[in-house]
Amino acid sequence: MSAGAVLDIRGLGVDFLTPRGRVHALRDVSLQVPRGSVVGVVGESGSGKSTLILAALRLLPANALILGGEVVLDGEDVLRMSPAALRDLRGRKATMVFQDPSTSLNPVLTIGRQMIDIQYRDRVPTARKRDRAATMLRKVGIPDPATRLDNYPHEFSGGMRQRIAIAMALLCNPDLLIADEPTTALDVTMEAQIIHLLRQLKSEFHGSILFVSHNLGLIAELCDRVVILYAGAVAEEGSVHDLFHRPRHPYTQALLECDPARLAKVSRELPTIPGDVPDLLAAPVGCAFAPRCPKVFERCRREAPRLVADGDGHGAACHLVPAIASSRVGPRPSTGSGRGPPVEPVET
Amino acid sequence: MSAEVSRIAPAAAARVGGFVRRIAADPMGCLGLTLVTLLLFTGVFADLLVPYDPIKIAVPERLMDPSWAHPLGTDQLGRDVLSRVIKGSQIALGVAVSAITLSFAGGVILGLLAGYGPRWLDNVLLLLFDAVYSFPSIMLALAIITLLGPSLGTVVLVVVIGSVPVYARLIRTQTLTVKTSEFVLAERSMGAGRFRIMARHILPNVIGPLLIVASMDVPVVITIEAGLSFLGLGVRPPAPSWGRILNDGYTQIRDTPWIVIGGGIPLIVTTLGFTFLGEALRDQLDPKLRKPVG
Repeated sequence: MSAGAVLDIRGLGVDFLTPRGRVHALRDVSLQVPRGSVVGVVGESGSGKSTLILAALRLLPANALILGGEVVLDGEDVLRMSPAALRDLRGRKATMVFQDPSTSLNPVLTIGRQMIDIQYRDRVPTARKRDRAATMLRKVGIPDPATRLDNYPHEFSGGMRQRIAIAMALLCNPDLLIADEPTTALDVTMEAQIIHLLRQLKSEFHGSILFVSHNLGLIAELCDRVVILYAGAVAEEGSVHDLFHRPRHPYTQALLECDPARLAKVSRELPTIPGDVPDLLAAPVGCAFAPRCPKVFERCRREAPRLVADGDGHGAACHLVPAIASSRVGPRPSTGSGRGPPVEPVET
Repeated sequence: MSAEVSRIAPAAAARVGGFVRRIAADPMGCLGLTLVTLLLFTGVFADLLVPYDPIKIAVPERLMDPSWAHPLGTDQLGRDVLSRVIKGSQIALGVAVSAITLSFAGGVILGLLAGYGPRWLDNVLLLLFDAVYSFPSIMLALAIITLLGPSLGTVVLVVVIGSVPVYARLIRTQTLTVKTSEFVLAERSMGAGRFRIMARHILPNVIGPLLIVASMDVPVVITIEAGLSFLGLGVRPPAPSWGRILNDGYTQIRDTPWIVIGGGIPLIVTTLGFTFLGEALRDQLDPKLRKPVG
């Protein structure tokens, strides 16, 4: 699979040097984005999602320390590249779309200027670049694009701004689009539109998307594969179908049970996972999820589980996994086994 | 690079045109713009506008009250005060424009470097700014003038040394806020280099406040020049700075108030004009506050 992967992250470890000490943000994380597919990354706040995608383009802040591993983007190791080569690669090979469209566009420049400026690599006349920008805006569904190029970002709605951000990201024709919670700041209608747009773009541009979210509904709807991050390490990964129907890691199971869209009956009290994400100042001994895990046993506190994958690429880092995999026990008998993954996008 | 500049220039010219129109639409901005334009006009064409030679001495006509021949009267050496005020505007503007331009350029470059450059450079520059800043400005001015001797160039230098740290700090602080914003990260993710981000994305975001501060500093610089000249530390006589005129008037105040009035009014008008213009600029430079022109 790695031969056909646009992005291949292997054994990545990242620490942040903070006044309080070293925060172990990522520990031995591996992730592959196969060409032409959409991979979702799910995790709570602080699970290392943002660190992971920033590391993919080596955009980490100055206090980040890359401990080891490799990030191979289209066959080139991003972590061992000269700054100039890195700059050349960003945009051409991969670009990012960010969470908050109200801050991801330069507020004092018209979107036309920004979209023309980012095509600085191409030695073509400005008029051509402008046409190209307008074409791209039309593709993402901005009406009357040629005129709207002269508008400032604040003259667009949030949803439109996010489309513009996506259009800008696609202008460089990247192989991989990294979307960092692109719908979190939008309302549900806009969210559905953006997801629709991303799907459409996937089929039109044949690109790959790395989609980061904490919204399981969106992931189920958009992605082919899912990676669940917990406390800076991969808890479980697999195809969307496997992961939502046969979650193996207790954390994934708990996450799915907490999704309001999947609750069997209306309840005032939403289910939560008791406890907190561990403080990553000290690397956890044993399984990071052990303090919150309902199925914890003695070995979990002593020994960190390794990610064990089956033949379908469905893997989980849990000491219970071999047992679960062999006994084929349904994970959530309480909610019934016939339910599919949620389709309506819902804020979790 | 030069090709890039030339393709941007026409668009920039059109933008400036719309900008001036928008400022003129605001009554205060219009007043400010008028006063400043008037001052600029007077300054530039001073040599054509003066009715008399501003430094020609005519002792028999000394200390005359205003009349049709001398609308602002004459001073103790019989020189026409109006001519001296007009010529003085040229000196005032010359000092202000050159000092502010140099400070602006220096402040922008050093501020961007401190804000977006490496950490050690930021620390070095901050230390430098603080060192200059910690001198009492009058002492610094007097020290520089004592070292280099009084002249217009020295006045400009004094102002530049005093304002560059202030401007650079302003730009630096703004840069620090802007550089962590998502759009800079987005630009970086699309492959924009350091220089491109500084020039295209950070600069337009941080320059607005400095433009306002600088335009409001113009009258301050004119006052500094007048003050130093009043003390005899600025322009060398017989060149007619407003400060010199005030000084002449001050020594003759028992005989006639007209010289002080003639030297003082342009100072007041200039200050008001640039302040109004600065406020209008502030409103216009923020695209969110910008009102469409009807």
